[in-house]
Amino acid sequence: MQQIDLSQTPLRELNEMLQGQKDASNQAAWEICNPRGAHAIAVGLDAPIDVTIKGPTGYYCAGMNKHARVHVKGSVGPGACENMMSGTVVVDGDASQYAGATGHGGLLVIKGNASSRCGISMKGIDIVVHGNIGHMSAFMAQSGNLVVLGDAGDALGDSLYEARLFVRGSVKSLGADCVRKEMRPEHVAILSDLLDRAGADAKPREFTRYGSARKLYNFNIDNAGNY
Amino acid sequence: MCGIVGLFLKDKALEPELGAMLADMLVTMSDRGPDSAGIAIYGGAAADRAKLTVQSANPVVDFATLAADMAAGLGCDVVLRQKDTHAIITLPAALLAKARKSVTEINPALSIMSAGEAIEIYKEVGLPAEVAARFDLSATTGSHGIGHTRMATESAVTTLGAHPFSTGNDQCLVHNGSLSNHNSWRRRLRQAGVEIATQNDTEVAAAYLTYRMREGDDLGQALENALGDLDGFYTFVVGTKDGFAVLRDPIACKPAVMAETDQYVAFGSEYRALVNLPGIETARVWEPEPATVYFWKH
Repeated sequence: MQQIDLSQTPLRELNEMLQGQKDASNQAAWEICNPRGAHAIAVGLDAPIDVTIKGPTGYYCAGMNKHARVHVKGSVGPGACENMMSGTVVVDGDASQYAGATGHGGLLVIKGNASSRCGISMKGIDIVVHGNIGHMSAFMAQSGNLVVLGDAGDALGDSLYEARLFVRGSVKSLGADCVRKEMRPEHVAILSDLLDRAGADAKPREFTRYGSARKLYNFNIDNAGNY
Repeated sequence: MCGIVGLFLKDKALEPELGAMLADMLVTMSDRGPDSAGIAIYGGAAADRAKLTVQSANPVVDFATLAADMAAGLGCDVVLRQKDTHAIITLPAALLAKARKSVTEINPALSIMSAGEAIEIYKEVGLPAEVAARFDLSATTGSHGIGHTRMATESAVTTLGAHPFSTGNDQCLVHNGSLSNHNSWRRRLRQAGVEIATQNDTEVAAAYLTYRMREGDDLGQALENALGDLDGFYTFVVGTKDGFAVLRDPIACKPAVMAETDQYVAFGSEYRALVNLPGIETARVWEPEPATVYFWKH
């Protein structure tokens, strides 16, 4: 176990050490103390290492993650886990706006609430939020799954492409072109697997699926020549 | 981008520490706003007394005879305490309105930063650490306070363009964001008799709340009305003599974190600003909801 105290070690030095891990070497587990809300902790990781951050972090925590398993024992500021490619990020507390934005892969688990714009423009990432999510979540989401055990705010899934949204609680309002959809056996299987991996105590049948109605301008074949 | 910090104490035992805690929070937010900084502190209210905070570009000359000149004109005792470019003038509360006029008549170059029973406002151009040191902020006591670090967008980097803005007795407002309909509201509010000194968008928001409260709203109602009338991006933190409020616009892209314990309610643009507060590890920490008025009162 490598232990790094951010009150002693500069952030840049920590990130260089973490980014320097290329494979599961003998330095496979890292523990970071005293994050004190600092920005950009554990960004750009590219190896199957375990990183535990003991406390709340600021902007852009665990951004651009690939392969690594990051566990934040606290809350995260805006832009957590942006553009993840693979790996797992678990946040024990709440997440501020645009958590998991633009992610291509991997699993983001938020044990508390996520605020506005969660999963905006997601491109294949799976996000499981144990609490509620704020307004404009999954705006222009392209693929992947967003699972919410609590409630969703205004304009959920506005201008959605092919991402699947599963909400157990209420939805304050749906965004343009986002509609309620039937929960078929394949969706139950996807959801069941995600709930299991996220350690979420909920039954797939309690959720409602939402997705794209495919009625916006770009879904109309007559407009294809304009691109 | 700007930085906001705020602290509303529930535990009187912390009052001697208010300035020091706020100064630490303010300096932590320097990289959100290195242009200028300001702070409003509420404290030291005494029966039948009121305070004016006055700012001068030439304090040595301007403040030398100001108290004596005011005392002669108003026919009462006037006490002046200078802090760098600012002076806190204490006088009988009944003469506060006259005293405002008297300051301007004696020296039109002076700026009145605040007036009221408890409020003092200090603001200047420069790095937050320098501004805090100039006004010896760490030694200031009080029951609640609001600070701001500014990265200017809508008007010039000047002392008067710094936050907090105060447009009514014991009222102040700080702002992270930008308003898009401030010009039309400035005209309407001036027609309604609310004094607005600058071209700054934030001052219009402060004046709007002053206007609503003059028309009978309490602070909570004034903020609810602001949601419909003020257009733009904002996180506001507002102070009154015994109140502390937070409001974010419905889009809520300007950051905000709050913390509450038995001892205090704290606001920070980022969690970083809160890390040195006592008991923060076990405080209730949350992000204030969009378009929702948060209000605490002593």
